[in-house]
Amino acid sequence: MKKFTTTLAALMILGPTSSFADGHKVKVGMITTLSGGGSGLGIDVRDGFMLAVKGNKNISVITKDDQRKPDIAVQLADKMIQSDKVDVLTGIIWSNLAMAVVPATVNQGKFYLSPNAGPSKLAGKGCHKNYFNVAWQNDNLHEAAGGYANSAGFKNSFILAPNYPAGKDALTGYKRYFKGSLAGEIYTKLGQKDYAAEIAQIRASGADSVFFFLPGGMGIGFMKQFSQSGINLPVVGPAFSFDQGILKAVGDAALGVKNTSQWSKDIDNDANKKFVQDFQSEYGRLPSLYASQGYDTGKLLISAMSKAKVKDKDKFRDALRKADFSSTRGKFSFDKNHHPIQDIYVREVIKEGKILTNKIVSVGLKDHSNAYVSECKM
Amino acid sequence: MSSILFFEQLLNGIQFGTMLFLMSAGLTLIFGVMGLINLAHGSFYMIGAFSAALIAGLTGSFWLALLASLSGAAIAGVLIEILIIRRLYRRDHLDQVLATFALILLLSEGVRWCFGAFPLYLDIPKNLNGTLLILDDIIYSKYRLFIIFMGLLIATGLYVLITKTRLGVRIRAGQNDRQMISALGVDISKLYTIVFALGASLAGLAGAMIGAIQSVEVGMGEPILILAFVVIVIGGIGSIKGALIGSILVGVTDTIGRIFLPELLKIFMEPASATSVGSSIGSMLIYILMALILIIKPSGLFGKT
Repeated sequence: MKKFTTTLAALMILGPTSSFADGHKVKVGMITTLSGGGSGLGIDVRDGFMLAVKGNKNISVITKDDQRKPDIAVQLADKMIQSDKVDVLTGIIWSNLAMAVVPATVNQGKFYLSPNAGPSKLAGKGCHKNYFNVAWQNDNLHEAAGGYANSAGFKNSFILAPNYPAGKDALTGYKRYFKGSLAGEIYTKLGQKDYAAEIAQIRASGADSVFFFLPGGMGIGFMKQFSQSGINLPVVGPAFSFDQGILKAVGDAALGVKNTSQWSKDIDNDANKKFVQDFQSEYGRLPSLYASQGYDTGKLLISAMSKAKVKDKDKFRDALRKADFSSTRGKFSFDKNHHPIQDIYVREVIKEGKILTNKIVSVGLKDHSNAYVSECKM
Repeated sequence: MSSILFFEQLLNGIQFGTMLFLMSAGLTLIFGVMGLINLAHGSFYMIGAFSAALIAGLTGSFWLALLASLSGAAIAGVLIEILIIRRLYRRDHLDQVLATFALILLLSEGVRWCFGAFPLYLDIPKNLNGTLLILDDIIYSKYRLFIIFMGLLIATGLYVLITKTRLGVRIRAGQNDRQMISALGVDISKLYTIVFALGASLAGLAGAMIGAIQSVEVGMGEPILILAFVVIVIGGIGSIKGALIGSILVGVTDTIGRIFLPELLKIFMEPASATSVGSSIGSMLIYILMALILIIKPSGLFGKT
């Protein structure tokens, strides 16, 4: 008996090292925005990701705050690659930060899984075999908004977005699908909160609808002021201004607004139901689309780890490319440039009891990829 | 471009200006009287907005929320002045900048720790919702008119306070010669605390009034702080009158510029590039204005030379 227990003990000590050799472990560096303006987005991505990898002993995660500053993100990435020796990087929210970090990271042979930013440059000419976007290409949701505007019969849209790369991608995306004419097109200052001047222009323009992309706090201000202005025009936009994190701050001004998203909490599949339930019991709030993106990123990583060791880069890359995980979005696959092919839904802001949330009203674009696949030489 | 639209935009500019005035009045007073560069002024704007959102959430009353923003920011101002700022008056400006910058970080993290990273909800009262018809033509938001009215009311109040009251005499004396008034037996540290709290409460009020139509979130004060510094540099550091004129000037230039510059450029450029070039130059316009004014009057419009 004594011999048996000692053997057992020896096996238990040996166990982890023999059956899970070191090659199966993956070190993840997460750089995301956790302080200052826009930190809600980073916190959601982090929480979603951590929920997905919870209890998985082979994944260790180092999380650092980029403060929404490109220079800090670059420093953090350098440190994580050189001294922490991470295998995979993820987490960045903003396109300008992604442009600063991603190219250098993937060129050093590390994998980058984007849970949010999808600038057109990284989808087209700047695509890379080690870069995967698990969220969307930046234009996607706006393209769906343009498509929805057609089906809603809008003929003359007033469109506005902040004056920075993702804002330009947004208006380009909308115009790519919208068939009507434009009553006006305005680029606002990034971080602008007061839209009195723009709203006056909308009033004077004779538009029959308004499309806007103003992520985070910018959108809160716009929606409140727009509803107070008494202009009675239909509004359409991407989900970024109507996600779970900020609906509470917008209040009833958002009720009934149509917005486009690749995810919604009422997508009917088992993975999504489990995600929504687990997220609520873990963090005590409803998940946002950012949280779902972080969660899917975690699940994608786990699926690849079950097929290949991260040190065997070619096999690991193939395993990632297969996207063999059950996404909260249901059907999900990667196109040639490692950006998602997925359905984009049209949602409507509704009230469930006292809580504002979104409900799917239709599928905007089915199996939608992106416009930059042909530019990517991979 | 119709004249109705122009007047509406002019009103928008004035409304933006009066808000800036509430911020810059405190900033310029504090600099004028104590010689302190207070980077943490934007944090009082944030504290005011959060106090208001908290009270509005508890009581449902916007007016109580406004009161809370004034008192919340004033209390925070008094505490911070006594605990920290008081030690900085004799130090040089670099030390003040470093210390008040640290305060921004501490206060932002502190507020995030208490209220979380997600924006809070604060709405305008029902009877100020909607629009009003001015001169039969111009449709304008009631709430924005209310902001203009409040701004003018406070400007008048400050004018009376500074020119007609005993406290005002001391403040003006403090601006002119700090050592002399303490030699004359005025309790200078109490005066400093009062001025600091006054500045903080004005910033807090601005935060609450603007938070109701924008968003109440951590870090909301910093963008406004930069503009307030532009205003006091244009107006002349230390001058309340300069702060008022500077605020209106910056507000109107910014609003009119960012809307009409793209329209103007469309006359001789194609629309797409006019929009993007116009909005880029539009956002630089107030800094160009500041540079021009400083070339002509290096100490600002009403600054002491």
